[in-house]
Amino acid sequence: MSKVVAELKYSAEHEWVAADGGGPVGIGISAVAADALGDIVYVDLPEVGSTVTAGETCGEVESTKSVSDLYSPVTGEVTEINDAVVSDPALINNDPYGAGWLFKVAATEEGPLMSAEEYAATNGGEL
Amino acid sequence: MTENYTALYEQHKKAGASFTDFGGWQMPLKYDSELAEHHAVRNAAGLFDLSHMGEVWVTGPEAAAFLDYALVGKLSAIAVGKAKYSLICDTDGGIIDDLITYRRPSPEEGVDRYLVVPNAGNAKVVAVALRERAAGFDVSVEDASAETSLIAVQGPNAEGILLELVPAEQHALVTELKYYAAVDVSINGQDLLLARTGYTGEDGFEIYVPNVDASVLWEALLEAGEGQGLIPAGLAARDSLRLEAGMPLYGNELSRHMNPYAAGLGPVVSLAKEGDFVGKEALAAIKAAGVGATLGQKLVGLKGAGRRAARGHYSVLKDGSLIGEVTSGQPSPTLGYPVALAYVDVEHSVVGTVVDVDLRGKAEPFEVVQLPFYKRTK
Repeated sequence: MSKVVAELKYSAEHEWVAADGGGPVGIGISAVAADALGDIVYVDLPEVGSTVTAGETCGEVESTKSVSDLYSPVTGEVTEINDAVVSDPALINNDPYGAGWLFKVAATEEGPLMSAEEYAATNGGEL
Repeated sequence: MTENYTALYEQHKKAGASFTDFGGWQMPLKYDSELAEHHAVRNAAGLFDLSHMGEVWVTGPEAAAFLDYALVGKLSAIAVGKAKYSLICDTDGGIIDDLITYRRPSPEEGVDRYLVVPNAGNAKVVAVALRERAAGFDVSVEDASAETSLIAVQGPNAEGILLELVPAEQHALVTELKYYAAVDVSINGQDLLLARTGYTGEDGFEIYVPNVDASVLWEALLEAGEGQGLIPAGLAARDSLRLEAGMPLYGNELSRHMNPYAAGLGPVVSLAKEGDFVGKEALAAIKAAGVGATLGQKLVGLKGAGRRAARGHYSVLKDGSLIGEVTSGQPSPTLGYPVALAYVDVEHSVVGTVVDVDLRGKAEPFEVVQLPFYKRTK
């Protein structure tokens, strides 16, 4: 079973959001999504300084078998992207909640997000 | 459609496979990482359950003449012990399936015996078509698909792994077995049909085994291959391997609406063989019209300039105009760049031509390249 981390919030599009006490929030994709995609070989992230909008696409994640859009779970300015996953996208499969994080946003607004329990209940996955 | 399960389903479940429907069968898509499985086949060995494939035995005094009539190739010319890639076409030249046909030793004087192996989703259709086409021939057509499992060991270490399970006095039968040939040998104490064939672009073997013996053989192969890098591999790896090897997949590159000449399989069609065969008239006309050469579309290999991959059904463009469609595509795990197969208008099919593929709204350049994308070094 794919792992769901209790401390994070999740979007219906399988992004996780790590609230960081008022600072920019970290964003990645859940292990459920990473496992479903298969081995990820390419990731396209928003640019630092660009504005992302909750619920809108801001990049894409491509695996050997499929490609899917990346949706921002929050609105705000991108403050940082994880260059390591751009050069080594396998980090997303290996450590989706850690080294495989994608980007950070100075969030002004959150889209609809679920708790870990709600996300695990609707999408499968193990808390 | 009812789901079919192979005799190895429990083995796959135990190994943690994720499953996918393929041709009406629940087949392992991958066990863990499809990339690791792909690389294992290129560098060591992979074990595949291909039991969803069909097995149709054709036996009789007129078996050879019958197959020459039913298929587009000259199967009567195959030597005993050898195999041939062929197609079964409709009267209009459309491709019903691509298949491998093995000529087996005569069971008795004056009787020939062949094993025809169609794809999973087409096994029943092919068996029915063969029976229909058998009218008037002294031949029996026996569909053994439901009782027969097929296990493939593919990769540079395949031969070494098999030798572990074959008695020493039969080792030469394995080591001297040529590509596209088959032999009856004892594997793990069972007398089985072993073929040196595959769908990966590597050296490898396919073993036909009765369902009841399949699990024992699967486990024995895994154990024999343990020290040689053998891991079970699913359909995801099988698809990326065959794509790199430039091999067509029925349903993607081949269908009833496509013909052998556009698919680059013209040489498989023997218009010169004696007598009539199903589709001959249509195929002769398609060839004479220049389809795949000067008319219509042609199947080509495309290499992506960037990192984003083309996928099936994406549009191929030249100067903004639609000139074709991608049939299969993904990032090549071995080569490190996107590869794709696509039907494009013949005037844009020359190697070196740069075309665009519409990747979800953005045109990205791809170059027409020689197939296969990947060829193993011997």
